[in-house]
Amino acid sequence: MSEQGMFGAKGTGDTSGYGGLARTAASTGSSERPYGSYFDEVADDLERAYPMFSDAIERVVVDRGELTLHVKREKLVEVSKILRDSLKFEMCMGVSGVNYPADAGRELHAVYPLLSLTNNRRIRLEVSVPDADPHIPSVVEVWAGNNWHEREVFDMFGIIFDGHPGLTRILMPDDWQGHPQRKDYALGGIPVEYKGATTPPPNERRSYK
Amino acid sequence: MTTFDPYAPSRDTTEGTVYSVTGGDWDSLVQEIGSTKEERVVVNMGPQHPSTHGVLRLVLELEGETVTEARAGIGYLHTGIEKNMEYRSWTQGTTFVTRMDYLAPLFNETAYCLAVEKLLGITQDVPERASVIRVMMMELNRISSHMVALGTGALELGAISPMFFAFRERETVLDIFEMISGLRMNMAYVRPGGVQQDLPAGAIPKIRDAVKLMRKNFKDNTTLLVGNSIWMKRTQGIGYLDLAGCTTLGITGPVLRSTGLPWDLRKMQPYCGYEDYNFDVITADTCDVYGRFLIRMNELEQSLRIVEQALDKLEKLEGAPVMVADKKIAWPAQLAMGGDGLGNSLNHIREIMGTSMESLIHHFKLVTEGFHVPAGQVYVAIESPRGELGAQVVSDGGTKPYRMHFREPSFNNLQATSAMSEGGMVADIIGAVASIDPVMGGVDR
Repeated sequence: MSEQGMFGAKGTGDTSGYGGLARTAASTGSSERPYGSYFDEVADDLERAYPMFSDAIERVVVDRGELTLHVKREKLVEVSKILRDSLKFEMCMGVSGVNYPADAGRELHAVYPLLSLTNNRRIRLEVSVPDADPHIPSVVEVWAGNNWHEREVFDMFGIIFDGHPGLTRILMPDDWQGHPQRKDYALGGIPVEYKGATTPPPNERRSYK
Repeated sequence: MTTFDPYAPSRDTTEGTVYSVTGGDWDSLVQEIGSTKEERVVVNMGPQHPSTHGVLRLVLELEGETVTEARAGIGYLHTGIEKNMEYRSWTQGTTFVTRMDYLAPLFNETAYCLAVEKLLGITQDVPERASVIRVMMMELNRISSHMVALGTGALELGAISPMFFAFRERETVLDIFEMISGLRMNMAYVRPGGVQQDLPAGAIPKIRDAVKLMRKNFKDNTTLLVGNSIWMKRTQGIGYLDLAGCTTLGITGPVLRSTGLPWDLRKMQPYCGYEDYNFDVITADTCDVYGRFLIRMNELEQSLRIVEQALDKLEKLEGAPVMVADKKIAWPAQLAMGGDGLGNSLNHIREIMGTSMESLIHHFKLVTEGFHVPAGQVYVAIESPRGELGAQVVSDGGTKPYRMHFREPSFNNLQATSAMSEGGMVADIIGAVASIDPVMGGVDR
C-alpha cells in the first residue's frame, strides 16, 4: 500500500475543511444472494408470483438491513399489485422523492416504503426516471393512501404520476413556480443583520461538503 | 351579501353565488340564502376556524345538514423544514425535526436520530441509559400529546371542562420536560448518538411524584367523559373507518387500533429497547370516534407503566453515559445546567482554552462542520401518538442530510377525513377530524 500526501491527507490535501470538495451520492450497486434475514424469502415469493421478475426488477439492494427493489417504471403498478395481493404488503407508507442531479438519465427517484401487517415485514420500492421525462405511473389504484403523498412529490420534485385522480400541488400555493425540493432550486433567504454583524442566508454560508 | 371582499373576488368562483361571512348581520345572510332555490351549499370551513385543529381548511358540500363531499385543504403551515435541513449539519437537524409535529417533539427527534444512527452504523453503541431516557421522555410526551387530543377534541364538541383537566395534566409533563431539557416544547433533547445531557439531580423522585399525581388526576377526565351519555351520543358510530379502509389509506395509530387490530410498532418492531417493558396494546372494535377516545384514555395508563419501569432502570444505571463513546460523533463538552440557567461546562472550557489546542480544534470542527455520515438511505419508523412516524433519510457521505423526509402520520391520516365524514352530518365532521388528531405542523412540515 502506497502512502499518499502528508499526514495521511487524501484528495486535494486541503486541511481547512473548506475545499468545496464535491461528493455525489454513491450508488450502492446490486446485492448478491443470499440477502439475509427474510429478504431471500420475499425475493423467492415475488419470483414465483411474478414470472417477469428479472425483467421488471432492475436491481436488488440490501443495505443496512433494508431491502430495496429497483423497479422499472412501466412495471411498477403490476409489481405493486402482486406485492399487495400475493405477498401481503397491505400498506404503502407513502412515497418520497430524491433528486440526484449527477445521476445522468436517472435524476429523479421515487421511494415507496411498504409494510406487511400479515408478516410484519418491510421492503422498499425505488423507481428512477430522467429529468427530461419525469413520468411515473400512479399507484393510487393499488394503495389509495398514496394520493396525498404523490401530490406532495409532484409538488416538491415535479414528478408527474400518470393516472393520479387529481394531481395538484398540495403544500405550496397553486400558482407557485418551480419545485422547491429539487437540488437546482435555491433555498433562498436574506442576510440578517444583528448588532452590526451580518449573517448570510444558509445556502450562501461557508459550507463543508 | 354583496359587499366587496378583497380576499374573495367574484372571479374566484365559476358557478353559484358567493356569500362571505366575515362578521356582520347574520339575519340578512340567512334571509338571502333562504330565498335561493338551491339545496346544495358549498361551505369553506377554515383555514382559520376554532374547531379545525389548527390551520386546516375543509371544503364541504352540503345538502341541508348532510355532508355529500368533504375535501381537506392543507399547506397553510408549510415551512420547508425538509429543504432547510439539507443546509444544516446532522446534529442541527434535531432542532428542525422537533418543530414538525409540535405536540410530539420527542418522537420526531427520536425517529430522526434512530435513522441517523442506523446510517452511521452505531445503533448498538447507543448507551442503554440514553435509550431508557428516550423511552421515558417519549412516553411522557405521549401523555401530553394525548391530553391535547382529548382536551381539544372535547372542547371542539362543546365540552369545556375536560380541556381544563387535560391541560392541567399536560402542564405536569411539560414541567418535567423543562426540568430535564430546559425547554417545554421543541427541546432538541435527543441527539444522534444519545441525548443532549443527563437527568439533573433529583429528577427521578420528582418524576415518580408526577406519575402518582397524574394517575390520580386522570380519573377526573375518565369520570367526566367515559359513559357520559351526551359525549357518547356525539362520538359513538361517528367517523366510521374499518380495517380495510385503514389499510388501503395507510392509516396507523389509534385509528387503526380502533378497528381491533393490535398494531403497535413498540410491540411489533421494537426500537429503543421497548421489548424489555411490560405494557398492553389497547384496542377497540367499534371503528368510531368513541373507540379512538377510549384507546387514548387507556394508553395514558400504559404510558405511566412504561415510565415507572424506565425510572427503575434509570436508578440502576445511575452514572452511566448518555452519549456514544465515539468522540468523532459525541460533542466533547458534558454540559450541565449552570446556576444562570444556561448549559455550560467549566472543566471543558478550562481544558480547551488553557491546556489542549487539539481539543479546541476538535471541538470547533465538530460543532461547525459536524460529522460525516456514510452514504446510503434508511427508513426508520416509530409509534408516535398519531401512528407510524417514519424517517426516510438519505446521506451522500457528507456532513449534512442529502434528503430528509418524514412520513408523518398526521399528513397521511388526514386523508381519511372524506371517508369518515361523507354521508354524515356536518356537526360530526368535527368529531371525526378530532379523532384523527392531526397536528398541522406535522401535516405541512
